[in-house]
Amino acid sequence: MGKDAMVPATMRVRRRIQETADTFTLELEPDAGTFVFEPGQFNQLYVFGVGEVPISISGDAARPSVLVHTIRDVGTVTHALSKLRKGDTVGVRGPYGRGWPMEEARGKDVILAAGGIGLAPLRPSIRHVLANRDDYERVVIFYGARTPEDMLYPKELIKWRSRLDAKVSVTVDRADRSWHGNVGVITQLVSAARTNPSNTIAMVCGPEIMMHYMQIHLARLGVPDEAIFVSMERNMKCAIGRCGHCQYGGDFICRDGPVFAFSEIARRFRVRAL
Amino acid sequence: MLQHAESVTLQAGLFAQLLDVLKNDGYRLIGPRVRNGAVVYDDIANVNDLPRGISDEQSPGRYRIASSGSDRMFDYVVGPTSWKRFLYPPRRKLWEATRDDRGAWQPEPAADECQATAFIGVRACEISAIRILDRVLNESAYPDSAYAKRRRATFILAVGCAVPAATCFCTSVGGGPSPEADFDIALTELGTGDSHRFVLRAGSETGRGALRRLTDHLSLKPTALQATSEADQRAVDEQVRRSVGQITAVPAMGRAREILGASLRSDHWETVADRCLSCANCTMACPTCFCVDVEDVTDLTGTHAERWQQWDSCFTLSHSYLHGGSVRKTTASRYRQWLTHKLDTWHDQFGTSGCVGCGRCITWCPAGIDIRDELATLDSEVSEEAKAT
Repeated sequence: MGKDAMVPATMRVRRRIQETADTFTLELEPDAGTFVFEPGQFNQLYVFGVGEVPISISGDAARPSVLVHTIRDVGTVTHALSKLRKGDTVGVRGPYGRGWPMEEARGKDVILAAGGIGLAPLRPSIRHVLANRDDYERVVIFYGARTPEDMLYPKELIKWRSRLDAKVSVTVDRADRSWHGNVGVITQLVSAARTNPSNTIAMVCGPEIMMHYMQIHLARLGVPDEAIFVSMERNMKCAIGRCGHCQYGGDFICRDGPVFAFSEIARRFRVRAL
Repeated sequence: MLQHAESVTLQAGLFAQLLDVLKNDGYRLIGPRVRNGAVVYDDIANVNDLPRGISDEQSPGRYRIASSGSDRMFDYVVGPTSWKRFLYPPRRKLWEATRDDRGAWQPEPAADECQATAFIGVRACEISAIRILDRVLNESAYPDSAYAKRRRATFILAVGCAVPAATCFCTSVGGGPSPEADFDIALTELGTGDSHRFVLRAGSETGRGALRRLTDHLSLKPTALQATSEADQRAVDEQVRRSVGQITAVPAMGRAREILGASLRSDHWETVADRCLSCANCTMACPTCFCVDVEDVTDLTGTHAERWQQWDSCFTLSHSYLHGGSVRKTTASRYRQWLTHKLDTWHDQFGTSGCVGCGRCITWCPAGIDIRDELATLDSEVSEEAKAT
C-alpha cells in the first residue's frame, strides 16, 4: 500500500438519477478510467467539507467504466450527496469488504431477496446472475418495498420479470387501488421459491428485521444457515478495520463483511444492541 | 570485561548520564513527571523532572500520589497517561484539500512530523500494550503509516515494577512486572541512598549502542558502572519475585472468553450500567483502546477542507450511529461491548487479548467499577447456569 488508504481519490459525477422521493443514484467517472469491484462491496463517498459515508456499489461489475451508487437521503452527508450535480467532484475510497458469494452460487439455485434500499447492494449480483444465466440453476428474485412509489429500479424490475428464466416476485407493505401486485411482507413470497433447498444459495439484503424473518422462512424451506447470506450494517468510518466503529462481535463489518453466511453470525444475530 | 557485559550496574547518581546519552543520540525524552497530582508522561528535560521519592496509591476510582520518603525514582506504577498518546496521537490531521473556482479539489496527505523519541520508564504491561497496538495498527492489510513511523522512531527504556498497585493484574493476563522483551534497555532500580543503583540490560542493538556510549561517557569513573554482580542479579530476581507476590491473581481472567461468550444476554450488564456513567474514562486511559473517529472541518470561506482523526470511545452514543439511531443506545450495551471486545472478541480480531492488566480502567473509573469484579460476577452467573442445566 503505497498510497494512504485514508486519502480518497476524486471522481466527477457523470449523471444523477432521482429514483424515488428520497432515493437517488449517482454515476461517477472512475479517475483511473475503470473501477473494478465485486458485487456486494462498498465505497466510502466523501462530500467536500461535509463528511464521508459508506455506500454499497449498485452498478454492473461487468461494466467498470462507470461507478454507480444508489443512495437514500437520510443524513447530513447523504443529503449533501443528493445535492451534487453533473461535473461535481466526490471523494471515493474503496472498494471495500467481502461481497456476495457469486462463485459459491455457481451451479446452484439462487434466491436473491431484497427489502427497500437493500436492492441497491444486491443489484450487481442480480445483474451478474442474469448475465451469466447458464452458470446457475433456478433463479428467484424477491423484492419488498414500503409502497409502489418506494420501489427502486422499477423499469429494471419489469425487464427482469419479463425473462422466462427467472422468477421475480414483488410485494409492497401498502398500496392504493392502482396497485395490482402483492401486498404484504416479503416472507410470504418465500414458499413459492420452489428451489432445491439442499442446492440453494440465498442472498438477502434489507433491514435486520427483514433478514431475521427471511432466515426463519428459508430455514423452514430447508435452506441451511451456511447457504443463507446476509449483508450487515454498522457504523463504518475507516472501512479498513482500524477505527473500531463497525465491530459486530469478533468481526469488523467493513473488513470481514458486509456479507456474512448466516451460520457465521447466527449466535449473535438475535442479540439486541450488539 | 565491562564492554562485553550483558548487564551493567549504574550508580543512581549517574542516571542523568544515561539520559544525556539518549539526548545526544538525538532523542526527544518523554517520561514520568508529576503534574496535577498525578504521575503523567510528558517531555522531560533531565533527571530532575522524574518523580523522585513519589509513590502512588491506587484502588477502584481512586488515585493519590504520596511521598515515599526515599530517593527512588520509579516507585509509582502507572498513571492516567499511556504511551498510546505518543504513538497514536489523540488528534491528527489526515489530509486537506482546497477547492478551486471550478469546484475541483484534490486531497493532499497531511505532513506528519515525528521526531525520534525515547520513552523513559516503560512498564512491562505497557510494552505488552505497545505490542498489541503494533498488531492492531501495523500488522494489518492496511497498516497505519503514521503509527509505523512513530513506532520505528521510538527508543524504549523499560523499568521493572518494584511496587505494584492494588489495581495491577498483569500476572493474570500472561504478563508480569518485569520487562522480558521488546525494549531497548530495561532497568531495575535497587536500593536507596548510598546503595541506590540501577541494573541495566540491553534488549536491542540500539540499546547496546546506547550502553556502549554510556560506558565511554563514564570511562573516567570506572567504579560508576560495573558488570552486574551476582549479588545484584539475585537482588533483581528477588525484587521481581516480591512484586509478583504482591499482585493479586484474578483466576476468572483465564476463562474470560468462555465467560463473556456465554454472557451476551446476561442481566448483569444492567447492574453495571446502574453505576457506569458512560464517561469513556476507561477507554481514554486504556493503553490499547484504538477506536478513532474522523472530523471534517472547513474554513470560513468553505474552500479549504480538512479531515482529522481523533480518539473515540465505544461509550459514546455516536460510536454505533446508523441512520435511524445508534445500535447501542443503552449504557448496558456499551459496557458489554467494551468488556467483551477487550477480553473476548479482540482474540478473534487480532489473535490476542486487548487487556494487559495495567488496571488503569479500574483506577480512573469515577464510579470505581472494577473489571475484575464484573468478570467474577459474570463467571459465577455462568457457572451457576451451567450447574442448573
